[in-house]
Amino acid sequence: MTNHVEKVTQIINRYGANKDSLISMLQDIQAVYRYLPEDALRIVANELRLPLIQVYAVATFFKAFTLQPRGKHLVTVCLGTACHVRGARAVLDEVKRHIGIEPGVTTGDMQFTLETVNCLGACALGPIVVIDGKYHGQMSPRRVKTTLKVYRNKPTK
Amino acid sequence: MKKLTSVADLERLRRRILSQRDPEKPRISVCGGTGCRAYNSQEVTRALKKELRKQGLSKTVALKQTGCHGFCERGPLIVLYPQRIFYQRVSPDDAPEIISKSVLKGEIIDRLLYVDQMEQKKVRFENEVPFYNRQQRIILGNNGIIDPTDIKDYLAVGGYSALAKALFQMTPEEIIAEIKKSGLRGRGGAGFATGLKWESCRNAPSPDGIRYVICNADEGDPGAYMDRSLVEGNPHSVIEGMIIGAYAIGAHHGYVYIRLEYPLALENLNIALEQARKYGLLGKDILGSGFDFDIKVSRGGGAFICGESTALMASLEGKVGEPRAKHIHTSVSGLNGRPSNLNNVETWANVPLIINRGAEWYSKIGTEGSKGTKIFSLVGKINNVGLIEVPMGITLRKIVYEIGGGIPNGKKFKAVQTGGPSGGCIPEHLLDLPVDFERLTDVGSMMGSGGMIVMDEDTCMVDIARYFIKFLTEESCGKCVPCREGLDRMLDILTDITEGRGKETDIELLEELGNLLKEASFCALGTTASNPVLSTIRYFQDEYEAHIKERRCPAGVCKALTTFTIDAESCTGCGVCLRECPQGAISGEKKKPHVIDKSRCIKCGLCRDSCKFDAVIVS
Repeated sequence: MTNHVEKVTQIINRYGANKDSLISMLQDIQAVYRYLPEDALRIVANELRLPLIQVYAVATFFKAFTLQPRGKHLVTVCLGTACHVRGARAVLDEVKRHIGIEPGVTTGDMQFTLETVNCLGACALGPIVVIDGKYHGQMSPRRVKTTLKVYRNKPTK
Repeated sequence: MKKLTSVADLERLRRRILSQRDPEKPRISVCGGTGCRAYNSQEVTRALKKELRKQGLSKTVALKQTGCHGFCERGPLIVLYPQRIFYQRVSPDDAPEIISKSVLKGEIIDRLLYVDQMEQKKVRFENEVPFYNRQQRIILGNNGIIDPTDIKDYLAVGGYSALAKALFQMTPEEIIAEIKKSGLRGRGGAGFATGLKWESCRNAPSPDGIRYVICNADEGDPGAYMDRSLVEGNPHSVIEGMIIGAYAIGAHHGYVYIRLEYPLALENLNIALEQARKYGLLGKDILGSGFDFDIKVSRGGGAFICGESTALMASLEGKVGEPRAKHIHTSVSGLNGRPSNLNNVETWANVPLIINRGAEWYSKIGTEGSKGTKIFSLVGKINNVGLIEVPMGITLRKIVYEIGGGIPNGKKFKAVQTGGPSGGCIPEHLLDLPVDFERLTDVGSMMGSGGMIVMDEDTCMVDIARYFIKFLTEESCGKCVPCREGLDRMLDILTDITEGRGKETDIELLEELGNLLKEASFCALGTTASNPVLSTIRYFQDEYEAHIKERRCPAGVCKALTTFTIDAESCTGCGVCLRECPQGAISGEKKKPHVIDKSRCIKCGLCRDSCKFDAVIVS
């Protein structure tokens, strides 16, 4: 807890404890912990003198935030329109089948978290799957297996 | 660097920058937009840099990593100046040859040239590429020339001269009059007259004199990325526009609300803001004019609804991004209850151009009601995926066939979808439609922020309608009943149709619900949400009927209505699909036609993907 307090307060102060930067703060906190821990939200509410319910509402309203710890590898399937018309749904189905989870869920062994995104704006490469920040373009259901294989049991950077 | 405190200072600096630059000096411009980076363009830059150093050319040849050049389909892209030799699909291994042959001797490397698909000939220079030379790139043009992380590059192309003109030669009223006269309309979607908006914000009373200008960079439409490319590639043009707007409106506080998924744009924007402050172009007493203005950056949280002005402002206040009723416009009472002027990225980038070249020049471009150019992201089933900037009024046919190079793999064009998730699908018989705000609305679509998604015969229009409704259902904030419940019901009906449970009354019901949403929803997300359904029913009713009456998906997309079979004639019995099939649903002897057991097939498509003989048929 003491550890959280220091790190979280530092982030809050970076924005001058101004509530117009709430979303930015939560993003920075999530960048540190890979999710939003409950006590971090409490600290933010305290420091900004906001009701906890407002911080919680913001943390649950925006898609970018998660209150659950994420897995080692983050797999993001782009479901933008351009990717969709090029067959992103079939790619997502195949990813789901391979790691055995629905979007928004983390595998039991904490290896993979699966997410979808509405567009990455790299439409020429569609369908796109991003794994740990690396873009894999022109995906097809068939390429899913070989692409994911590399990340299995691979340590996080 | 000493702060610039007068226009004379600025012009002196500009002259100094230009005197240090020789336009004839060899220069390599590598596209560093997000698209090209995903193709590894940074490796190309590194390889070129290494090679220049190796050959002792670091001083004599300039190397620049710029923003997005636009022709994403052929990335990584590089352009060699002064000749403007255009190379595409460049790999780091090409670097030594590019330096020793093309840069030093001016020789062309044949394999890196772009092949014009229509004419089947190779193109050597950037200005000869049909994708580029049919455009009018007045906003995007500088993207390929300047390094977005170096303010000197922007100054070298005349940057901040519009600001100097606005601050010292024009009154705020004159600026507003000029913008009004130019006919500039908001590029974010609704197309509201920019000058009018500024005027009402300037004239609105504020209890403590505080007014805000906001730049909406929360580009949420899937398949649209022009705003990102502007912020990434030419952030100062947006900043300059905002300062001019702030001066005209009388605002001293600015915000850029930027989408979370755009890390590079955020980085370049922050660098640009820092540099502008250092040069005295932002902050207190800008250029010695006595005018103060600064900009704060806020990152979005991944909510589509926050592109709506009131939701965006709520989110800036640290609240949940829900819209509010707009019987009082945000230009009168917006952020923190103060008059707030919100414009989209592209709108702001138009402002310096209008101030510099005049409303008269600007209003000659475009159509009666829609002036200037518009940037579109041309994506989907099209040969030349990329960002294009064209004058308003150009026909869809020109965009799709002349600039876009037509449909890949000899497939047939079916529709082009404009306006984002709440836009509509425009069919082939309307391809000669001039693109502007009014015409697009007339045919049941809209301009939106400028996404243009091309669809071919393999796209199922019912599936597309379902795709958008699903998107909007997830993004609806849930505040008003018609949008929240109506979209849910529409999604149920569309899901039923695509899964073979459609009823004959469904089309009528969808239309009824769609029109209800239009009438009764709270904000623009809801009032336009039914466009994708209504426009596909209007133009592609036969596809709906095939799904409902014949339980058939003509495009072969809707899984529940398709079956996978192997064509015995084309199958060579190679066994690849048999090994790929995760269900063990394929059987057959070697070198004899294989068969799929329909009861075990999950329609994942692996067999079709892996078959080299196109023997897997989806019907």
